[in-house]
Amino acid sequence: MFKILKYSFYDLMRSRWSYVYFIFYLALGFILLFLNNDVNKAVITLMNIIIVLTPLIGTVFGVMYYYNSKEFTELLLAQPIKRSKIFMGQYLGISISLTLSLVLGLGIPFVAYGLFRSSAIFDFSLLLLVGAFLNFIFVALSFNIALSNENKIKGFGYAILMWLFLAVIYDGVFLTFLVFFNEYPLDKFSLIATMFNPIDLSRILILLKLDISALLGYTGAVFRKFFGTNLGMTLSIFILVLWIIFPVWRMNRKLKKKDF
Amino acid sequence: MINEIFIISLKRSFFILTLFLSVNIFAQQIEVCETCEFSDIQTAIDSSKNGGIILIKKGHYKVKNLTITKSIHIIGEDLPIIDGQFKEYVFKINANDFSLEGLNIINPGQSYTKDFAAVLVSKSKNFSIKNNILEKVFFGLLIEKSRYGSISNNEVSSDGVDEAGSGNGVHLWNCSNMKVYNNELYNLRDGIYFEFVKKSEIYENYSHHNIRYGLHFMFSNNNNYHHNKFYKNGAGVAVMFSKFIEMRHNKFLENWGSASYGLLLKEIYDAEIENNLFEQNTIAINVDGSTRINYKNNTFSRNGWAVKVVGACYENIFFQNNFMNNAFDLSYNSKINSNKFDKNYWSDYSGYDLDKDGIGDIPYRPVKLFSYIVNRTPETIVLLRSLFVDIINFSEKVSPVFTPDNLTDNQPLMYMIQ
Repeated sequence: MFKILKYSFYDLMRSRWSYVYFIFYLALGFILLFLNNDVNKAVITLMNIIIVLTPLIGTVFGVMYYYNSKEFTELLLAQPIKRSKIFMGQYLGISISLTLSLVLGLGIPFVAYGLFRSSAIFDFSLLLLVGAFLNFIFVALSFNIALSNENKIKGFGYAILMWLFLAVIYDGVFLTFLVFFNEYPLDKFSLIATMFNPIDLSRILILLKLDISALLGYTGAVFRKFFGTNLGMTLSIFILVLWIIFPVWRMNRKLKKKDF
Repeated sequence: MINEIFIISLKRSFFILTLFLSVNIFAQQIEVCETCEFSDIQTAIDSSKNGGIILIKKGHYKVKNLTITKSIHIIGEDLPIIDGQFKEYVFKINANDFSLEGLNIINPGQSYTKDFAAVLVSKSKNFSIKNNILEKVFFGLLIEKSRYGSISNNEVSSDGVDEAGSGNGVHLWNCSNMKVYNNELYNLRDGIYFEFVKKSEIYENYSHHNIRYGLHFMFSNNNNYHHNKFYKNGAGVAVMFSKFIEMRHNKFLENWGSASYGLLLKEIYDAEIENNLFEQNTIAINVDGSTRINYKNNTFSRNGWAVKVVGACYENIFFQNNFMNNAFDLSYNSKINSNKFDKNYWSDYSGYDLDKDGIGDIPYRPVKLFSYIVNRTPETIVLLRSLFVDIINFSEKVSPVFTPDNLTDNQPLMYMIQ
């Protein structure tokens, strides 16, 4: 597995797209800080970008890599190597290289602008952690989609649709539901619904650090327990881990049955 | 002629001399300690005369209801502990021109029906209470019907758990021309409480971790508070049913909770709120019924709601304030607006400034659709800062349907006010 991981990692590190991705984040970081000149404020703006763009890039990259390296993968499959090892190696290779681009791309400008001397360092590390989680989750989800669809165009379509659903549509339906069933106690429901969307979950995780003052404005006891104590933080991270484990498990199950 | 003048001046100097001597005689000093002539504070007080000084040396004195009715000065040396043994009052003072300083007063009584205090001052004038440390108090300093007093450099604390079972740090009732400054107040119900107090000044106090309010005004007109710091209280400052209050250069920090405000305004008329800093409060200013208030040069940074208008607010003017990175800059529950927003800096403003005069060319709408939704369905707060919410906010900004359409800042600033 580590050999495959190493090869796909080096392959990606040499590829143009990792550099584009890295340079995009680097430019973004510098421009944000140049325009704001305030690390605290830039962290907030960055949150919006991370929870929307990281999943999108993870999804597109995952699908693209799967279809592009299909021939090489089939060649590998002919060798006496376990299937799960090949795909896990590829999966980890992509996720790690994307995460590296993210961390370095954003880390360099922020460190250059005096992150270590600022109080925002914890918020910023959390942001990067969430970004890493989202990379791992969305690459796994896109691998699942690609594995289930032989047709390249279909696979791409479903992957983008999945991103669109989780990033925008889910929240729209969720909001409509909350407003519509206004009269009912909805605090438990709204927290549980958040758990079913990794993007919402990561947003909540960041808000717990950045906007805790606003989140505590609601009177419900369930909310207060969730946001006011460490429960929210622990539970969110735990479920994010589940969000990685479940797609990876399904990927491995699918692999065993798939006819290449 | 010359002789006469000489005699008169001689008489006058003699008079001054006798006056000086008599003051000296009056200013007798009584020392209190375990081995001194006086070991009991009350006997020392009883045997002192007007203008006398009582010096309490280091030690632990168990007392109850120490009563002072004379103009005397009680001074503690090395913070003697005056222990009220949880019985009623520690000091009960009804005197003019007295002072109380350098004492460590602890354990007054606690009651659900009576306001037991470490120091009760009633119907007094020209006094000063300074450099004391008050611990485990029910009420700290309870001042009634008094004038021209100053309360400074005291540290008042308690171990209050709920509102009903705890008292206020500095409680003034029916007073005027008082000064409260440089005190630290914590773990009380209200740090400082003013009821029917006039023409008084509160400054440079630090009020934190109080159960209810850092500072509380009720029916108190013409007061002024400035350069105070309010940190992690139930609500920083509550100003209720008062007129002509000036609030300047205060800091309201991290007042979190479902009913937590940096500043709570309830039925306020003609106030000035200037140069204050509101940082990371759930609601920086909650305005419920206020008229003719000028908000100027305040900074609202990273609050949940910067200004939440609950109702009945007329002719308030927001001029040159900084609104930075608040989850909601303004929340409004009606469609009518008679308040004015002018030349503020809004970090969410996305307009342009083509003529480069520092003022944005298109108006800013501080009320977002999402704040309207959250008002109606509070649970939706979990969707804060999500992409979908940004989209609906944007569409509301383009064509306002739910928010008052005349509620705009027509001259938003491009740069922050320093």
